[in-house]
Amino acid sequence: MEGRIHSFQSMGAVDGPGLRFVVFMQGCALRCPYCHNPDTWDFAGGKSYSVEEIVKKIENYRSYLKKGGVTLSGGEPLYQGAFVLSLLKALKEKGFHTALDTSCQVLDSYTDDILDHTDLVLADVKVLSDRFLPYGWSLSRAEAFLEKTKEKGVSVWFRQVVAPGLNDTEEDVKALSAFARQYPNVKKIELLPFHKLCLEKYRSLNIPFPFETVDAMEKSRVDDLSRLLKNDE
Amino acid sequence: MNQWYGFQQGEWQDQINVRDFIQRNYTPYTGDESFLAPPTARTETLLKKLEALTALEREFGGVLDIDTQTVTSLLNYKPGYLDKDKEIIVGLQTDRPLKRGVNPFGGLRMTRAACKAYGYELSEKVEQEFLYRTTHNDGVFRVYTDEMLAARHCGLITGLPDAYGRGRIIGDYRRVALYGIDRLIEEKKKDKVAVGKRPMTVDTIRQLEELYQQINFLGKLKEMAAMYGFDISLPAQNAKEAVQWLYFGYLGAIKEQNGAAMSLGRVSTFLDIYFERDLKAGILTEEGVQEIIDDFVMKLRLARHLRTPEYNELFGGDPMWITESIGGMGEDGRTLVTKSSFRMLHTLYNLKPSAEPNLTVLWSQDLPEAFKRYCAKVSCDTDAIQYENDDLMRPRYGDDYGIACCVSAMKIGKQMQFFGARANLAKLLLLALNGGKDELKNMQVGPENPPYEGEYLDYDKVTALLDFYRPWLAHMYANTMNVIHYMHDKYAYEKTQMALHDTDVHRFMAFGAAGLSVLADSLSAIKYAKVRCIRDPETGLITDFETEGEYPAFGNDDDRVDSIAKEQIELFYKALKETPLYRDAEHTLSILTITSNVVYGKKTGSTPDGRKAGEPFAPGANPMHNREKNGALASLNSVAKLPYDCCRDGISNTFSIVPDALGKDEESRLDNLVSLLDGYFAKMAHHLNVNVLNRETLLAAYEEPEKYPNLTIRVSGYAVNFYKLSREQQREVISRTFHQVM
Repeated sequence: MEGRIHSFQSMGAVDGPGLRFVVFMQGCALRCPYCHNPDTWDFAGGKSYSVEEIVKKIENYRSYLKKGGVTLSGGEPLYQGAFVLSLLKALKEKGFHTALDTSCQVLDSYTDDILDHTDLVLADVKVLSDRFLPYGWSLSRAEAFLEKTKEKGVSVWFRQVVAPGLNDTEEDVKALSAFARQYPNVKKIELLPFHKLCLEKYRSLNIPFPFETVDAMEKSRVDDLSRLLKNDE
Repeated sequence: MNQWYGFQQGEWQDQINVRDFIQRNYTPYTGDESFLAPPTARTETLLKKLEALTALEREFGGVLDIDTQTVTSLLNYKPGYLDKDKEIIVGLQTDRPLKRGVNPFGGLRMTRAACKAYGYELSEKVEQEFLYRTTHNDGVFRVYTDEMLAARHCGLITGLPDAYGRGRIIGDYRRVALYGIDRLIEEKKKDKVAVGKRPMTVDTIRQLEELYQQINFLGKLKEMAAMYGFDISLPAQNAKEAVQWLYFGYLGAIKEQNGAAMSLGRVSTFLDIYFERDLKAGILTEEGVQEIIDDFVMKLRLARHLRTPEYNELFGGDPMWITESIGGMGEDGRTLVTKSSFRMLHTLYNLKPSAEPNLTVLWSQDLPEAFKRYCAKVSCDTDAIQYENDDLMRPRYGDDYGIACCVSAMKIGKQMQFFGARANLAKLLLLALNGGKDELKNMQVGPENPPYEGEYLDYDKVTALLDFYRPWLAHMYANTMNVIHYMHDKYAYEKTQMALHDTDVHRFMAFGAAGLSVLADSLSAIKYAKVRCIRDPETGLITDFETEGEYPAFGNDDDRVDSIAKEQIELFYKALKETPLYRDAEHTLSILTITSNVVYGKKTGSTPDGRKAGEPFAPGANPMHNREKNGALASLNSVAKLPYDCCRDGISNTFSIVPDALGKDEESRLDNLVSLLDGYFAKMAHHLNVNVLNRETLLAAYEEPEKYPNLTIRVSGYAVNFYKLSREQQREVISRTFHQVM
C-alpha cells in the first residue's frame, strides 16, 4: 500500500508527548486562511511511499522515541484513510506510540479502525463557530468526529491556532475550555500562536495568503491565554 | 598512614593505583540536585574580583598583561593570588592573576609574535637565554622535507603542533593528593633502577633521561607548593588539601607547558571520597564543600596561555581545554556519578556559565535518571557542557579514562597521545583532480600526474585518483608527525605531566581529518548529480564546478551518501596505518576541527558539492550547514554511522536547537533532551555538543558583545565565550544550522 507523503521530520518535539517522528501527509481539502503548509494541499503533490518504506525509515529512530512516538500530520492524514490505517497498524505492531494530527473532518469506513490504532488524537478545533465553513471546515463534523473518539475512549489533545480577531479573546478561550469539558477524553488544550513564517511559501506557490494582513500573534499573549485555561481546569 | 584514615584498604596502597582507590572508596549517588548549595558570600566576593579582571582583560584586547622578562616554569614566579586572605585554594601561573608568562620552548618566533600582537616586546633577557638554545620549533624545521613544507604551506595539513606545546596529555593529578610527592619520587626511582637493567638501546637511554627529568620536576613541584606555604611531600589529609594538592599538580603542568589542550582528567568522583569523609567527620558542611569546589574552579578559570593571532584563528576563544570528565559507569555496574559530579556542574550556576573548565559528561544509558535530567537542565540553561558516550568508550578504555581536549579518550596516567592536528580531505580531492597541484596557489604539492581530463566528473575515475593521492598524503602526514613528536620529546618534554603517568605508557598518535562532509557531499554530487569542471583559462587548473541536479547530502540519514562518508574515513585511517610511528605509537584518527573549519575553508577552493572557494567547512563531523532537510535526528543518525573504531580519537558533532523546537515547556525540554541523548548514544555515536539557544541571541551578542560576557556556546569539542571568537568565527557560528520547529 502506498501513500502520498509531503515530507518527514525526524524530530518533532511539539507534536504530542516526547520526541516524535512526524510524517507529513500530502493533500488537504480545506483551505484555512491561516494555513502554514499550503504546499501540502495538492493531493497529486508529494511523493509516494509504501508503508514498509516508512516503517523502515522510522525504525532508524526507535532509540530516540522510547518516551515519544510517531505523529501523522499533514495535510490531512484522514483523506488517505486506507493507507493511514495500514501505516498505523504496522506502527502499533512495532510498538510505537501513535498520534494523529487531524482537523477532524473525515468520518468514513476507516475511522473506527484508525482510532483503534491511535494512542492520541491531536484535534485541531479551529473555531467554535461556522466561520470556517467557507474554507471547508465544519464544527458539526468535528463534533461528530470527537464523539467518535469519546465513544472509543481515545485520548485527545485539543490544538487551536490563535489569531487576532479570530479567536483571541478571553471569552473565546473560556468557550473552548467549556467545549472541551464535554469530552472526558480530552486531556490537554494547546493554543498555538498564528505566525506568518509561511508567507514565502505562499509567494513561491503563487497563492494568495488570506491572512497576509492579519498580525502575527504575540507569543506572550498566547501564554497569557493558556494560563487562563490552566486556571479553568 | 594517618592521611588515609577511614579509607578502605587495598592494592592502591602498595602500588600507584588511583582507580583501585576510587573503586574501593567512592559513594555512588542516584538522587537529584536538591542538596546543592548556593555560593557563599565569600565566593561571590571573589567572583566579583574575577569578573572585574576578565572585563579588564577584554578591554585590553584579550590579554591583560605579559611578563616578557620571565620564562614560565614551576619556580620562576613569586606566589600570586586573586585575594590572599579570602582564597581557599591558591596558586597562579604567574605572580598576578591573568598575567601571562612567556614559554619559548615550543618556538621563539611564536613567542616574539605573540608579545608583539598585544603591544609587548619579548625582553632582551629572554632573547639572550634562548640564543644558544634549540627549541622544539627549531628542531622540527631542521628536519622538515620540502614536501612537508609545501603541504603545510598550502593548508593540506594545518594546525601542526610544531611551534607550540602539543598538549593533549593528562597528568594524573590525583596522584599528588593521594600519595604525596615523596612516594611518587620513590616509585619513579624504583622504576629508574628497573629500566636501567634493560639493554641500553636508544629507547632505554631516552627513557632513563626522561625519568631523571620527571623526578627532578616532582621535586620542583614540591618546591613550588612550598613557596605557597604548603608541604606536599605527604598525602593530603583532608578534602581541602586534596583539592589543593591536586591543583598544585595541574598548576605545575600549566606553568611548565603551553600545550594546546591542558586537560584536568577525571577528578570529581575522586575528590568526592575526601568530601564524604570530611562531611561524615563533621569537618565540612555542604556549603563548605561547594565553596571549595567553586574556589578551585575559579582558579581554573584564571588559567591562560599566550598565543598568537594566527593560533587563535585555529583554536578560537583563548581555550585551555581544562577538560574534566564527569559521570560514566563503573565496570562493576555501579555508576561513577557522585554528589561531586553534581557539584562540579553546579559551578556553572554559582559562578555563572563559562567555557572553562570544559565540562564533559560521560553519558551512559545506565546513568541515574536524576543525573541525566540535571545534565539536560545544565545544557538548556548554560550551553556549556558536552556529552561523550561512556558505553562506547568504557569497553575500550576501562572506567578510569578521561577526555583530553575535546574528544580524545585515554586511560588516566596510563596512556598519552601525540597530538596530530589534521589533514584537509576536501583539499585532497581538489589536489587529486589537479594532478597534485594546489588549486589556489598553483604549486606542485603532491606527486605530479596528468590532471583530470574531461568536462564532467566521473565517480569511478575520481575515486581512483583519490586512491592514488590518499596513501601519499597519509604517508607524508604520518612522517611529519613523527618528526614533530621526536623533536617535542627532545626539546620540550612534558616533565611534570609525564611524572604523573606510569613509567611505561601506551602512546597514541592522534591524526585528524577535516572537511569530511564536504568530501562526502562532493562525491555524492559526482555520483548522483552531474558535476561539470570549470577550468581557469590561464593555469588550466580546475577551480570551480557546476552541479546540475540534486544529490543526497550527508546529514539526512541517507545511506547513499552516509556510506560514502564512512568509506572515505575508513580508507584514510587504513592508509595512515601503513606508516610506522615514532615510539611505536598506535594510530588513531579524529574528525574534529575546533574552529579551524573556518581557516580550512579559507584555504580550499570551490568543491563539487557547491561550496564556493573560501567558504567555511562544517565543524568536526557535522553535516554542512543547512543541507539537513529531514530534521535534527536524521542529522544525528548520519553522524552516528561514522565508525568509532576507525576514529578512536573522537568524532565531534555540534548540535544547536532553538528552545521551542526542543519542547513547549522546561519539563518537556529536559525530557526530550534526555531522550535525544539516550537515542543518539544508543546508536553508538561518540560525541555531542549541545546548544539550546536562539540565533537571535547570537545576533544580539554579535552586535553588542560587551553586554554578553557570559554567553557561552559549544563550538566543536569545547565551549567558548562567544565574545572571544573572531568576527569571522562568530559569523560562521551564526550561520550554522539551528534546528527549528517546522
